[in-house]
Amino acid sequence: MTDQDTKLPSGRTRIENLEMRGITKRFPGVLASDHVDFDVKSGEVHALLGENGAGKSTLMKILYGLYKPDEGEVFLNGKPVAIASPTDSIDLGIGMIHQHFMLVPTLTVAENVALGLPSSRGFMTDLDVVSKRILELAKIYGLKIDPDAYVWQLSVGQQQRVEIIKALYRGAALLILDEPTAVLTPQEVDELFVIMRQMTKDGHGLIFISHKLHEVVEISHRVTVLRDGRKIGTRPTSEITKQDLANWMVGREVGLTPDRGTVQRGEARLELKDVSCDSDRGTPGLRGVNLEVHSGEILGIAGVSGNGQRELAETIVGLRKTTNGRIILEGGDVAGLSPAELTNRMLSYIPEERMRDGVIREFTVAENLILREHEKAPYSRSGFLDLGEISRHADELIKRFQVKTPSSETLAKNLSGGNIQKIVLAREISRAPRVIIAAQPTRGLDIGATEYVREQLLEQRRLGVAIMLISEDLDEILALSDRIAVLYEGQVMDIVPRAQATPEKLGLLMAGIRSEESLSVVK
Amino acid sequence: MRQRLETLFDALLPVLATLAALAVGALMLLILKVNPITAYAALWDGAFGSVNSFAETLVKATPLLLVALGICISFRGDVINIGGEGQMIVGAVTATWVGLTFTDAPGWLVITLALFAGFLGGALWGGIPGALKARFNVNEILSTVMMNAIAVQLMNFLLRGPMIDPSQAQLASKIPQTARLLDAFHLARLVPTRLHLGALIAVILAILVYILLWRTVLGYRIRAVGQSPFASRYAGIKTPQYMALALLLSGAFAGLAGAIQVYGVNYRMITDGSASGFTGAAGFNGIVAALFGQLHPLWSIPASILFGALLVGANKMQRVVQIPSALITVMNGLVVVFVVSSEIWRRRRQRRRLTQTPEAETPSKQDQPEIGKEARQ
Repeated sequence: MTDQDTKLPSGRTRIENLEMRGITKRFPGVLASDHVDFDVKSGEVHALLGENGAGKSTLMKILYGLYKPDEGEVFLNGKPVAIASPTDSIDLGIGMIHQHFMLVPTLTVAENVALGLPSSRGFMTDLDVVSKRILELAKIYGLKIDPDAYVWQLSVGQQQRVEIIKALYRGAALLILDEPTAVLTPQEVDELFVIMRQMTKDGHGLIFISHKLHEVVEISHRVTVLRDGRKIGTRPTSEITKQDLANWMVGREVGLTPDRGTVQRGEARLELKDVSCDSDRGTPGLRGVNLEVHSGEILGIAGVSGNGQRELAETIVGLRKTTNGRIILEGGDVAGLSPAELTNRMLSYIPEERMRDGVIREFTVAENLILREHEKAPYSRSGFLDLGEISRHADELIKRFQVKTPSSETLAKNLSGGNIQKIVLAREISRAPRVIIAAQPTRGLDIGATEYVREQLLEQRRLGVAIMLISEDLDEILALSDRIAVLYEGQVMDIVPRAQATPEKLGLLMAGIRSEESLSVVK
Repeated sequence: MRQRLETLFDALLPVLATLAALAVGALMLLILKVNPITAYAALWDGAFGSVNSFAETLVKATPLLLVALGICISFRGDVINIGGEGQMIVGAVTATWVGLTFTDAPGWLVITLALFAGFLGGALWGGIPGALKARFNVNEILSTVMMNAIAVQLMNFLLRGPMIDPSQAQLASKIPQTARLLDAFHLARLVPTRLHLGALIAVILAILVYILLWRTVLGYRIRAVGQSPFASRYAGIKTPQYMALALLLSGAFAGLAGAIQVYGVNYRMITDGSASGFTGAAGFNGIVAALFGQLHPLWSIPASILFGALLVGANKMQRVVQIPSALITVMNGLVVVFVVSSEIWRRRRQRRRLTQTPEAETPSKQDQPEIGKEARQ
């Protein structure tokens, strides 16, 4: 083997083979990692798949030196190594791209890369040297990046590239990518995959953590599935189907494409006519939005985060004032009504930030379940709460919505995200609403809970409820919606019927490019 | 088993913290060349040694408990009421005015009216900062403190002028005090000590406040607003109004404490120019008692008795072992610091216990700790 073969373009020696053997990590009461074997080779993408709490992060934090394993060893090119801290792992050539970027927005790209590293000029900064090296690396790996740009000026996809450059600058031969696609548009995901392919071609090893099956199938060479801290199996990606992977992850048969059935679309129940509002910063949040949601229909609202989704939901449910336009709920203008009045008109809301807006964390499950109607009979009479009735009501909903909780008296903060969402769903759906606004209803939930929430929304659609589904997850929008509206900078770019919607088409609209312009841009 | 031990430990933590504070106090006593055992024996004897001393402890605990009840309401609504002193004073003034004005009415009626007037006076003094907060988002910590200063000057003005004891008005000394309330208007004594009906009223009110907070729509809303203004707002609760209401109620209980202090102990108002001259700093110490009782109205009862005992016992200790009175204040402060720190420590430990599960290490995108597995049907 010549020297050329063992070197990466960055000049660093390859990690031919990294192996974790019999990794076990116990936390009080939980076996987070149970004798897990995992390995990654130079030049491959090895996907790590599993639900929340399956042990993916525990395993990767052990590899990155954030946790010490109770049992098991790590071998690098066949030799055992000790990784006691992230410094050790960086020295060994292991880099990690975190899900939440570790960048300082007010500094430039070069400053962020240099942050925490010794300067070649001792006390003085060496940003020009850093910039030069960044440009070198960017050229080698085909990453377009300006070292002098401020991070706050960059898009999310560009910020991710800065993170990758940062890792490469520190000499990473093996990269752990923790859910890197969660925050990207479809086009940005494609760009990331191009970079990933280039890196593997050059001899890097990549660990790709995700729970999006189609991405795993598209990018990875091998895939390992974890469940409840145990390894279920490792297979070459070409030899396994998405359905098998999903079943492995959850441990039972799951429906990947929910059965939508056919529902007769009814009258328009919610209409927005030329609605505008301000964002929290006082800039325009919505700009003349026109939308209609019909009975028995799910209207999907697609868009990159921060393009008016939050403002749209809050305006409809009465938490944000409109600056213009009319909101018509079942024939009556409701713009300016309070949340309480809208509650009485049977509008339900599944808020985006369920921990903050959906439940009161220090309240019991039973108290949370009456949040919307606590002042009404039978939950209270002449100002006094009927605790017996409240508890009966809670027990009934816990059973009906399969909420996993020790009791109805458990505090909401002690439940998992999926079960908290079930409490919100139970409360909002059980009151037989006419219109539901669901904002990011499955964000952060695992496959099992996601499947449940989607089934419940489809069930409401069957019952003739008008549903607005606001989601940044395009797969979800495509799986559930009858029509899809794309929001960009507070405006509706277009409304596409389900049959004509493709990820590519929606992706362009999400980036603010209308279909008639798209041809010239794509070609 | 281990978990049960930890729960027991958590429950006993305030007591352990108090003991630790007394241990540090013992060190200080040693530096002053005083035998701590003698000193603490005197403290115990002063607070619980006889029927009389125990009654005195309860007398001191009564205003603490009443203020603490109000604090339970306001702090649960996430409103920080530092205005207990002023609210006590205004409640005392309005109640005293009733007793000095309706001298011909039967005792039970005047007492009832007077206590009600005290309640309203305190409600007014708490309601003003409440309204300012609801309307103009004025920070209630600042406004309630400022209302304290206004209340003191109001009291000084009234006791030197319009409400001065007519007999004092004749004299050159002009001691700023009101006339003494008629004997018929005094709150009944419970046992042949200074213990009066007010202590019983306070305990009954503690139960009522418990019911208010956990069994009524009003209490539900106050707690909801305190825990999560966002979720409450969406639930259709007008958050500013309920914050104002929590502050108003809090002031009302402090006002009642002032009224009961006049009708049960002093039988007249007299001022030395300061707020604590009348209140004995109960408006502040009540906050400590409420926090010690974990903002629970029923737990506030033993908490208030403990602080009442420290106040009474410390007097005796000072007399017996001859230490500077400043040391008593220091000891009280030590108890507060230790108890509050232990509470913070307990919460941290609890959080660590909750987050030591792998779910928490894979934070959901909400970045919330999660325990338990996702439900899989």
